[in-house]
Amino acid sequence: MLRLQPYVQSIAEWTDERLSLRRLMAYARAKQVPHHRHTFWYYWGGTSLFLFLVQAVTGVLLLVYYRPGPEAYDSVRHITNEVQFGWLMRSIHAWSATLLLAAVLVHMFSVFFMKAYRRPREFGWWTGLLLLGVGMVFGFSGYLLPMDELALCATRVGLSLPEIVPGVSKLLTVVVRGGTDVGVATVQRFFVLHAVILPAVFLPLVAAHLFLVQKHGNALPPSEEAKPEAERRTVPFVPHFMMRDMAAWVVVFTVLSMLAALHPWKLGPQADPLAAAPPGIHPEWYFMSQFAALKLIGMVLPGTLGEVVGLGLFGLGMLVWGLVPLLDPEGAPLSRGRWMTRFGVAAVGGLTLLTLLGYWLA
Amino acid sequence: MNEHVNAPADGDGTMPAPTRRTFVRVLTGMAGAAYVAALGYPVYKYLGTAADEALQEASVKEVALDAAHLPLNAALMFKFAGRPAMLIHHSDDTWSAYSAICTHLGCTVAYEPERGRIHCACHGGVYDARSGRNVSGPPPKPLTPFQTSVVEGKVVVSRA
Repeated sequence: MLRLQPYVQSIAEWTDERLSLRRLMAYARAKQVPHHRHTFWYYWGGTSLFLFLVQAVTGVLLLVYYRPGPEAYDSVRHITNEVQFGWLMRSIHAWSATLLLAAVLVHMFSVFFMKAYRRPREFGWWTGLLLLGVGMVFGFSGYLLPMDELALCATRVGLSLPEIVPGVSKLLTVVVRGGTDVGVATVQRFFVLHAVILPAVFLPLVAAHLFLVQKHGNALPPSEEAKPEAERRTVPFVPHFMMRDMAAWVVVFTVLSMLAALHPWKLGPQADPLAAAPPGIHPEWYFMSQFAALKLIGMVLPGTLGEVVGLGLFGLGMLVWGLVPLLDPEGAPLSRGRWMTRFGVAAVGGLTLLTLLGYWLA
Repeated sequence: MNEHVNAPADGDGTMPAPTRRTFVRVLTGMAGAAYVAALGYPVYKYLGTAADEALQEASVKEVALDAAHLPLNAALMFKFAGRPAMLIHHSDDTWSAYSAICTHLGCTVAYEPERGRIHCACHGGVYDARSGRNVSGPPPKPLTPFQTSVVEGKVVVSRA
């Protein structure tokens, strides 16, 4: 009988000498993940990554039939009504965008409350915030691509808001909108942005973010850090944590499939530049809090002044959020840490309240 | 950890009875395969729609061409069942229609009225314009002919 083992062995040796796979496997086997009562929050980064992969796969599939430019609406109608399972691919892409942003927000706030932005993980916080920003631009640019009624309105509003900042109007007209109104030129540009530029920016950021997690490991929440080393527990990444991560992915994918199949993403009537905005129009939930805040400020300070103040406040909020690792560093007095936690609670509460208010106002 | 120990061999001593671990593994593998199939099927059908549409177009049996205006010794290129075809108006007011796909390697052929032939520029294949027969060059067989008839000022091309 032919004995295969020596051959397999020598092929493995040959490969390993060149790729050092064994060292990689040994590293994976040695990797440990902290295990404590807040471990649940560790799954949200992986969940975000999974949903991003779903976005990439369904996005590539949509590219097979989508045509930007003047045929944009027709091609999306074709995908939705004629291509087999086209409605499902589109629905999964849209729903998974929504779930992705939700998962990223949960991930961000859990990182915040575990104080995982402290030394040496500041760059994890910053790359994460950049990913959230790029993710929102992904959502905004993807929203226009079907070129239906809602897409046109949303993009008009979204692009005219920053126009109140001096000098931005011209830049938006020339570079982003490709004209004075949202139209064929805009959808072509947004397509380039959505399918070429943003992935090119997003992927290296994801790589950096993941590299940093590998480099520093999962952060311990302060309650765990207070325990002596001997009382802290860990589980091996392979296979224990990985299996749980994948179980979470299966759960998320099931929820996603049910949402996509039971509530298929709709395609409205074709965008008509002369049609009035449909009554009750409002942004997606992840822009709802800003929408509501602008409306509220507008009640007190009507006109451009209110919008300037609103945008100023958003800018200030984002700046503070980005500076969190420097404002509450390792070794900061306990009172500072507690204030930061209260600030986080206020942020979550405020955003939730504003979002609910936005739906109520709309 | 007695899961690692195989259960005692059964009667004839060749097949060990499957352990609980093996059973769970097989079950997990089957569930995984079902998952992959459930994901793969919609993707396959999704990608296949373009080909389905093309095949549907290919099932066309007959086209009516507005070719009454076509001068003598001229050809009209048209799509028949989704692929290129040519209609030739001969000098004696008769009509011929062929598939315009060279039988050699699939290039689209051209009608040359001054020489009464159909020529393929890729490798120099030549067909007779009246019969579609391959007369010189590499083509292994004639161009596929279609039937033509003139009905109410239109030229109707159908499968032979």
